[in-house]
Amino acid sequence: MAGRARIIASRVAQALPVVVGVVIVTFLLTRALPGDPAAYFAGPAANETSIAQIRAALGLDKSLPEQFAIYVWHLLQGDLGQSISTGQPVLEELVRRLPASLELTLTALLLSCSIALPLGVLAATRPGSWVDHLCRVLVTAGVSLPTFFTGLALVYVFYYLLGLAPSPIGRLDFVYLDPPRITGFFLIDAALAGDWETWAAAARQIVLPAVTLAMFTLAPISRITRASMLQALSSDFIRTARAAGLTRATVVYRYAFRNAMLPVLTTLGMVFSFTLGANVLVEKVFAWPGIGSFAVDALVVSDYAAVQGFVLAMALLFVVLNLAIDIAYTLVDPRIGFES
Amino acid sequence: MADTTLTHPAATSLRHVAYVLRSNPVTGVAFAMLAVILAAALLGPALAPYDPYASDAAHALEPPSWRHWFGTDNLGRDVFSRVLVATRLDLAISVSAVVLSFVVGSALGSAAGYWGGWTDRVLSRMFDTIMAFPLFVLAMGIVAALGNTVENVVYATAVINVPFYARLVRAEVNIRRESGFALAARLSGNADWRVLAFHIFPNALPPMMVQVSLNLGWAILNAAGLSFIGLGVRPPTAEWGIMVAEGANFIVSGEWWLAVFPGLALMFAVFTFNLLGDGLRDMVDPRMRT
Repeated sequence: MAGRARIIASRVAQALPVVVGVVIVTFLLTRALPGDPAAYFAGPAANETSIAQIRAALGLDKSLPEQFAIYVWHLLQGDLGQSISTGQPVLEELVRRLPASLELTLTALLLSCSIALPLGVLAATRPGSWVDHLCRVLVTAGVSLPTFFTGLALVYVFYYLLGLAPSPIGRLDFVYLDPPRITGFFLIDAALAGDWETWAAAARQIVLPAVTLAMFTLAPISRITRASMLQALSSDFIRTARAAGLTRATVVYRYAFRNAMLPVLTTLGMVFSFTLGANVLVEKVFAWPGIGSFAVDALVVSDYAAVQGFVLAMALLFVVLNLAIDIAYTLVDPRIGFES
Repeated sequence: MADTTLTHPAATSLRHVAYVLRSNPVTGVAFAMLAVILAAALLGPALAPYDPYASDAAHALEPPSWRHWFGTDNLGRDVFSRVLVATRLDLAISVSAVVLSFVVGSALGSAAGYWGGWTDRVLSRMFDTIMAFPLFVLAMGIVAALGNTVENVVYATAVINVPFYARLVRAEVNIRRESGFALAARLSGNADWRVLAFHIFPNALPPMMVQVSLNLGWAILNAAGLSFIGLGVRPPTAEWGIMVAEGANFIVSGEWWLAVFPGLALMFAVFTFNLLGDGLRDMVDPRMRT
């Protein structure tokens, strides 16, 4: 166990340079603002002295390394600056909106995994069958779908034509009140409060955006599941297991599937990155009040502090998630423990 | 002498291409689709039946008909003409972004793979850092920081694609650095950059071509996504992403043709490049076929 703890510690240490790189890139992005940031933040009614005051207040009159030190110092205190569009601190806005984005992303990933994993396994165990062909078509077509377009197409079919889905106006219809905030996930909060009517309303709202995101992530997950299942099934230990007379189900699920899961887990990290990007587009289509639509609204009014805060938050989220996946990998795969 | 040695492999590879095309007709279809896209990009403005920017309030929001194949938008502009004309801009953005990342990625990747050491360590860290961002989000941040123009969309798309090329080239160059032909070229007095550019780098081209094709589709999606959220291209310019964004307001009231046709054009283009990439991969490396 001590060896495993050391592996986890070294993996965490490896993530640190990446975090430093992310912070440097975000800092450079804030300094690459077109024109004079001080004049920009001072507003249109500013004169020479007020611009100079703002420049001093923002620390823009100092050298670049000094500015970087100040930037990092503010970051460490959780200060991402003020959003000019909402007047709130950026960090507060991001924290308030993050659960909405996470609820959508996780629901979508759960949905796509529950379809993609069986599909990939079936395609690998029955090569050349219709499931295999379906898998191949899905994989090629899935990566060609623009998420914002599939979202709109779903809205047209299920809201306008069939009337099955509620109008795409966010997490909850106006007639319902938000459930008491515990986790920020409406589905969980409503269930905890025992308010099943609100739960059903929230579930109806999340179906279309989640399906849109799931369709987007279906392709990479089923592709890697199929490929790694094929590889696992053709390896020696499977041949041995078959020769030993184990049933087909045991061979496929106990032996092959568990080994095939490891590359799938790694790919999920990559897929999560795509999903965070696609989230922005889906949130805009469905007026979902997450951090993606916050960033898009901020972009429209050139609220740079908000956009940079969003970029940094997304990158850190992604780094942390990849770290978590790697650590899970260490815990799941006994071979890594044996090596040390 | 030179002729026989040169034509022989060329003839073989031609036969190989013909063989792959026969065994996988989908690749042939993909090339035909590519021809359609290129024709639309080159001849689009000449072929368009209407002026894509001419509004006609009397015929606003008409559904598809024989007069207007894809209907008209809220200003009475012909959607078919706009979709056709937009091909050139969408293709130009993605092609220039991919060319940029190809060139920069090749140079940096070659340097990292050939010289190794500190060059390699610093460059690899840089690529890791770029890859640590959700890529679409990084592109958003870059465009927001550099300014909201089409050129900056190109640069942002190029930056997020550079690591893919650089890593590929780095690996290909690294394994050939000490190979016999590279040592021979160096011994006969070629400078490092010459060995790298004319002897080692060409070996990386086949897998790079596959990457280019897959990347083109991705770059189109990325650029369209950026203009969908209001970055880069601005109205009234005809571009697929922004046309979908403008049409989105009319979806809920049933005027589907505004958003659907540019969206389909977008899907057609991305699908073509993805099919082409898969087909090229079969030609370049049959073992990687899935």
